[in-house]
Amino acid sequence: MSTSFFEIVDKPIDVEEVRKKVVSRNAGAITIFIGTVREMTKGKRTLHLEYQAYPEMAIKMFEQISKEIQEKWPEAIVAITHRVGHLEITDIAVVIAVSSPHRKIAYMANEYAIDRIKQIVPIWKKEYWEDGTEWIGDQLENVPYPKNLPSEEGDRS
Amino acid sequence: MINILLFAHLQEAIGQSQLKVDLSDYTVGQLKEWMENQYPQLSLQNMMTAVNEEFATDDMIVKDGDTLAFIPPISGG
Repeated sequence: MSTSFFEIVDKPIDVEEVRKKVVSRNAGAITIFIGTVREMTKGKRTLHLEYQAYPEMAIKMFEQISKEIQEKWPEAIVAITHRVGHLEITDIAVVIAVSSPHRKIAYMANEYAIDRIKQIVPIWKKEYWEDGTEWIGDQLENVPYPKNLPSEEGDRS
Repeated sequence: MINILLFAHLQEAIGQSQLKVDLSDYTVGQLKEWMENQYPQLSLQNMMTAVNEEFATDDMIVKDGDTLAFIPPISGG
């Protein structure tokens, strides 16, 4: 399992473990993105979060993102771990590590990966606030997806 | 039999994460209508779907043994 480049886990993520997966003698740079649970969003206090995934499909979509990165930047190596379950403020939700011979590609490919995660990977977060809860459904950030209303996905790019 | 998976608010709306239904050779669109008839609290018309872990369109036919997942707007990362 530890050799898998793409994982959904229900325990705290060890950043170093994700970094080690992309180590390469050919690499001159490794970028690491760490997504963490934020307390305040537009003045509203989050108490904690719950993440849920469709794990089998999420892994496939991570592989798809890796394939896209390979096509754009053949020398980049990417590893992604996303956590699910109950997360507290400041906890790590996702870690993306990318190695490449030169730093620019490592930065670009890493940003590409997080952007694509927010578009195609079936993972959902539920916000717990002081006055209620809501499954969040807009990857552009924190627009609640009201129950029983159709999604509006036309403006994804 | 078709295996139907529900996530996030959909799962909470009907109180189940998984259904097994005997409705082979329906399209994804027809299955959405069937689900809405069974569970009027659901609104699935513009919902993304996946068949066997790949994104699917409403005209795709779902066969015996397939897994259909309703994918509400995602919020990972």
